This record gives sequence, C-alpha cells and structure tokens, in this order.
Amino acid sequence: MKLLIKNGRIVDPASGRDERADLAIAAGRIVAIGKVSADFHASRTIDASGLVVAPGLVDLAARLREPGHEHEGMLESEMAAAVAGGVTSLVCPPDTDPVLDEPGLVQMLKFRARNLNLAHVYPLGALTRNLAGEVLTEMAELTEAGCVGFSQAEVGLKDTLVLHRALQYAATFGYTTWLRPNDAWLGNGVAAKGALATRMGLTGVPVIAETIALATLFELMRDTGARVHLCRLSSAAGVELVRRAKAEGLPVSCDVSINNLHLTDVDIGYFNAAMRVTPPLRQQRDRDAIRAGLADGTIDALVSDHTPVDEDAKTLPFAEAEPGATGLELLLSLALKWGSENGQSLGQTLAKITNAPVGVLGDSLGSLAASAGKIVEGGVADLCLFDPEARWIVRSGNLRSQGKHTPFGGYEVPGRVRCTLVAGAVAYEARE
Amino acid sequence: MLSRRNPQLNSHGELIHLLSIEGLPQAVLNQILDTAGSFLSVNDREVKKVPLLRGKSVFNLFFENSTRTRTTFEIAAKRLSADVINLDIARSSAAKGESLLDTIANLSAMHADMFVVRHSESGAPYLIAQHCAPHVHVVNAGDGRHAHPTQGLLDMYTIRHYKQDFTKLTVAIVGDIVHSRVARSDIHALTTLGVPEIRAVGPKTLVPSDIREMGVRVCHDMKEGISGADVIIMLRLQNERMSGAMLPSAGEFFKNYGLTPEKLAFAKPDAIVMHPGPINRGVEIDSAVADGTHSVILPQVTFGIAVRMAVMSIIAGNNA
Repeated sequence: MKLLIKNGRIVDPASGRDERADLAIAAGRIVAIGKVSADFHASRTIDASGLVVAPGLVDLAARLREPGHEHEGMLESEMAAAVAGGVTSLVCPPDTDPVLDEPGLVQMLKFRARNLNLAHVYPLGALTRNLAGEVLTEMAELTEAGCVGFSQAEVGLKDTLVLHRALQYAATFGYTTWLRPNDAWLGNGVAAKGALATRMGLTGVPVIAETIALATLFELMRDTGARVHLCRLSSAAGVELVRRAKAEGLPVSCDVSINNLHLTDVDIGYFNAAMRVTPPLRQQRDRDAIRAGLADGTIDALVSDHTPVDEDAKTLPFAEAEPGATGLELLLSLALKWGSENGQSLGQTLAKITNAPVGVLGDSLGSLAASAGKIVEGGVADLCLFDPEARWIVRSGNLRSQGKHTPFGGYEVPGRVRCTLVAGAVAYEARE
Repeated sequence: MLSRRNPQLNSHGELIHLLSIEGLPQAVLNQILDTAGSFLSVNDREVKKVPLLRGKSVFNLFFENSTRTRTTFEIAAKRLSADVINLDIARSSAAKGESLLDTIANLSAMHADMFVVRHSESGAPYLIAQHCAPHVHVVNAGDGRHAHPTQGLLDMYTIRHYKQDFTKLTVAIVGDIVHSRVARSDIHALTTLGVPEIRAVGPKTLVPSDIREMGVRVCHDMKEGISGADVIIMLRLQNERMSGAMLPSAGEFFKNYGLTPEKLAFAKPDAIVMHPGPINRGVEIDSAVADGTHSVILPQVTFGIAVRMAVMSIIAGNNA
C-alpha cells in the first residue's frame, strides 16, 4: 500500500520542522518528505489541505480496562477511541483484573491489541505481585513479554523497605519505575484539601501527601540510582520539587493529566461526580504552576489519564463514585487549548504529546524508539492529521469510548482529528 | 451536565428542596423562621394538626440510623396531616445491594411526594434531587459532614427567640468541627443572617484551618473562644473520635474544651448554651451546664418540630 499525503502542514516537534510539504508512505514507513519522486505511484492520495500532519500522539496513561473490567471498556472500543483522538501509541497501567503481574497476561494483551491493528499498546507491568506491595514481580520476564516499565498504578506502596528494594532491583537492570507520588496514609481523600473540601464536607488530600512522597522517592533515587517516572503531578509545591530534582540531575521525568491542567476543585460545583478524578483537582495556584511547569519542561508530558467508568459507578454520591474520566479523544484538543492559552507554538504544544513522551519511554520502545512520536524518513508512519481551525463541542454521546463521563462535557475545544495512520494504514478517518 | 444554578431553588428563586443553607438568601431563611413561629402554636393545641400536607406521602429515607431526627421529621409531617412512611434503608435495600438511585426510582413509583434523606455521604441528597421526578421534593436530614440544614435552621430559630437581633452577636461553636454537618449549616446560616463574630473552637485535629474561609475565627483556646460569647453551640463528640489519632481521650478533651460552669463564666452573663443532641455528659458538656439556667437544649427540640413543619410546608407549595 502506497500512500501520498498532499498539501499538508507538516509539524514535527522533534526536528522543529513546520512546513507545507507532501509526504510519501510505502510499506508502513515514511519514504519521502517534501520531494516525492515522480515514479512514486500512490494507490491512495489524501488531500491534507488546511490540515496539520503531526506525528501520531503518544499517551503515557490510558486504561483499556482489559482484562477484567470489560463492562467499562473493551479493547475494541478504547482502541477505536485512541485512533479517533489521533493517539497511535499508548501506555496502559497494570491495574487490570487480574493485575498485569505475569508475562502470560502481558503477552495476551499485546496479542489482542496487535490483532486489532489500531494503536500500539505498551503495558506497564506491576511493580509488586497483585500490586500488594509485598513481593516483587519477575521484572525481566515481564520486560521480555513487552512491558516498558513497572508501576503500582493507583495502589500506594506503604512499605518503604519494599519500595527501596523495588527501586534497587529495577535499577540493576535499568528499568524505569512509574509511580504516582502520593503518601498512602495522607492521600486517601476524595477531593483536594482546601476551603472547598472543608465547606462541602469532603475528605481532603493535602498537598503534603504529594510532597512527602516526592521527598521520599528522591532520597531513594539518590541512594539507588533508579530512574523514576512520576505520574500525574497535582500541586504547585510538587512541580517545584521536581524542578529542583531535575536541576540536581536526578534521572526523573513526570507527566500531568488533562484534568489537572485545565480544572480546579471549584469545578466540582454541586457534587458533580464527573469531577471525581485521581489525583484530585486542586486550586488555581496549583493549576497555574502545572501549566507553567508543562511549558518550561519541568513536566515532560501531557497524558489523557483515560479511565472509562460505567454509568452505575458514577451515579453515586461524590465520595462513592469511581474516580476517572474518559480522555483519549480529548487529549489533542485539550493540549491545543493549553498551548493557545499559554502562548506556545504549535510545535511546542505537540511536543508534549509526541516526542517528549517518547523520550520518557526511551529505549524500552525498542525498534520504534527512533521514529515514534516523530516524522522522519525511514520511520514508521504513525501520523495524526487534524484541522487546527475546527472547533467542536464535547458531548459524551459522540465519544467512541465506552467511558462517557468527562469533566469537559459542553466545552468548546479547538482541533479536530480528520485522519489517523498507524504504521502506514488508515486506522481512523472522520466521516464528513 | 449539571446546572450551575443552585439546585434547591426554582427559576423564581423559590425553595423546592432543602439541601443546604449555603446559597439561600436571607429572605428565604427569614420566611422559614417566620413560618415556624406560626406553627409553634399548633404544637400547643389540643388537636395538633393542620391540613397543609393532607393526601401527601412523605418518605423518611434513613440510609444512616438516627432515631431522634427521624422521629422529629415524622412528628412534623404528621402534624401537617401527611402520610408518613419510615424506611430504614441501612437495614433493607442497601443491604441487599440495591443502588441508591434504584431505591429512589422504586419509591417514586409508589407516588412519593417528599423524601426526607439522611445519608452518610456528603452530597447524596443532591444526587437524589437531580434524579427524582420533578414533583418530588427532597429535604436533607443530614449528609456526611456536609450539611444538616433543618438543624441549622432550628438553631437560628432558637437564637432569634432568645436574642432577637443577629447583627450584634458573638457565637462560639465548640468541639468536633471537622466532622460536623451541624457546624457547617450553622456557620452558613449565621453568616447569612449577619452575625458579626463566629468562632470555631477546638484542637487543631478537629478544627480545620480552611474553615476560616467560611467566615469564622478559629480559636484553639477555650477561654479565648468563649469570652464574651452570647451563644455557645456545643457539638457532640462521636464515640469513635474519643480516642485515637484525633484525640487521646475523652477525659483530656473535657479538661480542655468541655463546657463547665467555670468556663461558662467567661461568656456573657446572659449567654445561651445549645447542643444538637444527643449530649455526652462529662465529655463535651458538664451536667451542671446542660441542666442549668443558660441551657436551651430542650427548647431547641421543641422548635425543631415547628421548623421542620415550616420547611416541609414551604417546599411542598413551590413547583420545580
């Protein structure tokens, strides 16, 4: 299959390329950018006039809900949601049922995902068996099965001794540990600690739940030399601690979710369970620090933190409602919204959801490391074609994900995906 | 999408549910208190009934046990001539795994006109109000730590009865503020009615510093907290808070914050002492104070019935 994408504006954050040019694809790879030779006979030509041709998006946090939570999402629906959002590579956390703590489960998930032929799926393995925080998993076996790192997902690791050993072990083999900085004892509330939680009578998670966990992790990293990716920062104080750790040279990277980038606890309104997300939405100053941290590179990547939750689990009193929101189909638009509000160029904005997250994944991507999240000749043709001028209104009814709950319902957002290519094949095409 | 409009008011600003005192205009609070005043005499009659809710079905839905509050709502509804159905959900449907909204849908099908809801989770009555039929009214009888608006209103009725003018008062609320829906409802009502000085008194484990943003002064010293107070509202200390990481012991709490005649002497000579009940003698309040001349704890209970009659009759008369 030979494909020619004509007249598009090619924006590649990795190389800084931003120009109107044609792009030729053959055998799943990009064979020419700009000068397409006359003897290239495309079997299909896509007219990308008015569209941006960007690398396929890379989302470092998307729950596919398989195995175990099929009522909340299925690989088919969630992968369809991914490509409809322009996402061609995604990392999924291990909090499935059963937990991704055995190579067989990881191989099964990779196999199922590959057969769907939609986005590339990179699972995180469980750091401890059944995420119970007691026994380490077989990390080398899991890596061989396709895991790109090890994580406790949302389950806190209370025992510092186990955490220390887990980091030592992971560091031995150069594996990255993905952890959400949240003290397991202080971090149990349902909203951010503050005036709003106090007024509404909701249990609050204090900022110190994040900063204490960060301080502990940084000490353990200094001791073990382990590389850690911090998942979902939520506070201004947390962003500042990460900034200092990076300045010190610690091997740390971090991400933030679209929810914490745009919302604050005030959005909870009258106990709106769509705003029940993890980590909880904090105050204005935290959101401002997160937005600035993403711009200056303290925060490496923006993630959807896609978590499909079914109706029954959300129509409950706020504290009882299951945390999480759908996000794969909103990642691009909410990145663009942040970028335009924060004075970022299109390339700078797209970097946060393309080559910067690939940098987090590093060598664990294997043969794709050189081309994922980038547009390079000879590289795999994972591409997202979107209309930067189109605006659309988020309605839960027109999302492909089985998760229909989003805090952004009714928002008018910029940027609409028109076509997504995965390894040179059209995985999604908007019907107009 | 949830509306940003206060869900307990209709488009004319009339009360259709009572979910929280927060966001209610002063005029609505005064209307309830005035109406309660007119019902007080009903309670003294030989035939203690008015026909305002005749033919209406009021369901008491108590997802959390409370005999006392449920009884006062039952009496209030019966004095308005309503049919009252008590459902102790904590021991029935919920135990069988039925979801909250399924329970509500089933009861709505039985032609309920009003739900009086007590639930252990903050915000549960909002969820019910959003999902029940438009003609059904919801009264929050206590949700988690969030609100207990009828208690707040009966406290305001009591204060107005003894002190008349809210705008010159100093009110001290003492004890377990962090877990107290009563404290939150009282604070919203007192600020709305123009009380210039509201104090929240207790140790740092029980008085969150963020409570300042609700317009109160935080005092960790009991003497400072009740000095010159016109009204002292003592809160009940739940058994599970009496020992552990919140407080070392009930005895130590009483020593520091229990209201004794000696501590009461720091307040104004004509101060009133209130308590939402049930009281823990010797934990938050000394018997000499609870039974003493400053105590208005029993009148609070009497006023509570009139206030609940007022709330139910007002919301039943307003359409969504």
